Amino acid sequence: MSYFLFKRLATMLLTLLVATIVVFIVLEILPGDPASLMLGIHAEPETLAALRSEMGLDRPVLIRYTSWVTSLFRGDLGTSYTYDVPVLELITQRLSLSFPLAILAIFLSTLIAIPLGILAASNHTKPLDYVVMFFSQIGIAIPNFWFALLLIILFAVKLHILPAGGFAGWDAGIAPALLSLLLPTIALALPQAAILARVTRSSLLEVLKEDYIRTARAKGGKRVRILWLHALRNALIPVVTIMGLQFSFLLAGTIIIENVFYLPGIGRLIFQAIAQRDLIVVKNLIILLAASVIIINFIVDVLYAVIDPRLRGSNDV
Amino acid sequence: MFDRFREILRHGIANKSFVIGGLISLLFFIIALLSYFWTPHAIENIDIKIRLLSPSWTYLLGTDHFGRDIFSMLIMGARNSVIVAFVAIGIGIGCGVPLGLIAAAEKGWIDELIMRFNDFTFAFPSLVSAIMITAILGPGAVNSVIAIGIFNIPVFARVARGAALSIWKKEFILAARSAGKEKFRISIEHVLPNIFSILIVQATIQFALGILAEAGLSYLGLGTQPPAASWGKMLNEAQTFLHFAPQLAIYPGVAIALTVLGLNLFGDGLRDVLDPKLRRNR
Repeated sequence: MSYFLFKRLATMLLTLLVATIVVFIVLEILPGDPASLMLGIHAEPETLAALRSEMGLDRPVLIRYTSWVTSLFRGDLGTSYTYDVPVLELITQRLSLSFPLAILAIFLSTLIAIPLGILAASNHTKPLDYVVMFFSQIGIAIPNFWFALLLIILFAVKLHILPAGGFAGWDAGIAPALLSLLLPTIALALPQAAILARVTRSSLLEVLKEDYIRTARAKGGKRVRILWLHALRNALIPVVTIMGLQFSFLLAGTIIIENVFYLPGIGRLIFQAIAQRDLIVVKNLIILLAASVIIINFIVDVLYAVIDPRLRGSNDV
Repeated sequence: MFDRFREILRHGIANKSFVIGGLISLLFFIIALLSYFWTPHAIENIDIKIRLLSPSWTYLLGTDHFGRDIFSMLIMGARNSVIVAFVAIGIGIGCGVPLGLIAAAEKGWIDELIMRFNDFTFAFPSLVSAIMITAILGPGAVNSVIAIGIFNIPVFARVARGAALSIWKKEFILAARSAGKEKFRISIEHVLPNIFSILIVQATIQFALGILAEAGLSYLGLGTQPPAASWGKMLNEAQTFLHFAPQLAIYPGVAIALTVLGLNLFGDGLRDVLDPKLRRNR
């Protein structure tokens, strides 16, 4: 296990390193002069020179790269050019919305998907199974941002019971804040739930074919008891893994949904930063997003190997 | 080749997903193709006087806020989706399949290197790649193609590698090796034809995902730019008029969902038809 852990950790660190190199090349080297990209072609030479020096663009490329990476490790992400506040402060501020939104979406999608998957599997090839699978297919096909628009039309435009967008802020109290996150959470959770329900059903059906389930049945165990006590535990292992691997979809979904509902989270911040050509914010946010996907995948790999020891020697984990 | 095609059709007709999904997908491709020859109205025609009209015989689904025919825009949007998804799949197959075949054939450190490259590419979802490209090049359809295509590479590499590894264990490969064939020729002549079905099924799934991704990127303003029509862009523009013309947000969404549903069903059906062993608990 320790060799597996060491190998995975080394791979993760290497992947992180390559990610920093790619982001640095794309956002600092390819544009030629990032300062003129940020300020536009009509910028005064003095302003350009000042920004170049502030960004350290007058230093050699290798020094710029190493100093960026070391500052990343120190938690110093530089200062936003447009907001004139530390990037880390901006990100932490925006995370106070994006993080709860993502967690709520995971919670809601699990709450919907697991029971539906169990229901479908325990009624395999019966009408209920087909109904769940039909809605799951529809859920996968519907883009989350369109579903979000439909929710806005129904609950905000027609019924006037929920806000069409914006965020009340946590200072306004938990209830108004959660209320403004309700539609975004539902819109984000639906496609996740559709996929998870399918995975739960497939996984449970696989487990129900196993010999030990047949043995439990032969011993006279009740169907429901076998399902809950024996099958479900094992069937949920791949489900948890898929949930982890879906993190990158959740991330992309959060960015889109925040823009649909005008929520001041990470997704909105990155778009504002692009519009304002604030490359300092864009660069650091992109690397943080990529790093979060890499780290989550690493955690999922390790957790999976802890649960299922057969995978420790495999290359396919 | 024709015999194989006939056999697929013969088995396919008995498969509901294959038939329904195939028909929806076919309709979508015909509409996309139709856009090259005919649309009821030119989508560049902006006429504020006829904006937000209700459906009529002249304007089948009405007009948008610029007075453009919504039906014509949907037809042009289908073309846009097909092109972006096709090219993105081309990038995925063109780069991913050779990588997967090499990894399976060579194994060892080359396999390890390719798999780690895969892990790395997975860390950049197409949206994140598109954001990065847009930050330096500005928005455009080409960006979305590149971003979606890059994300397709590890998908096809993984699928090709996994399928190829099982083929490399077969006896006829051993025979080919004993006959002195090189790994490269074995990969091309024996492995690739045998994993073709799996790649086709994956391509159908990636096509559907490509359409969703393109719509998402265009909705965010990172993909297709006006005056070109895109379903995602149409939804973006519709959002401003949700209060007095909510129908503008309905049609493009239905088009996306129906197309993706059709392609997914077709992919599921095709998987069953091409290789019943792959059949999952569906």
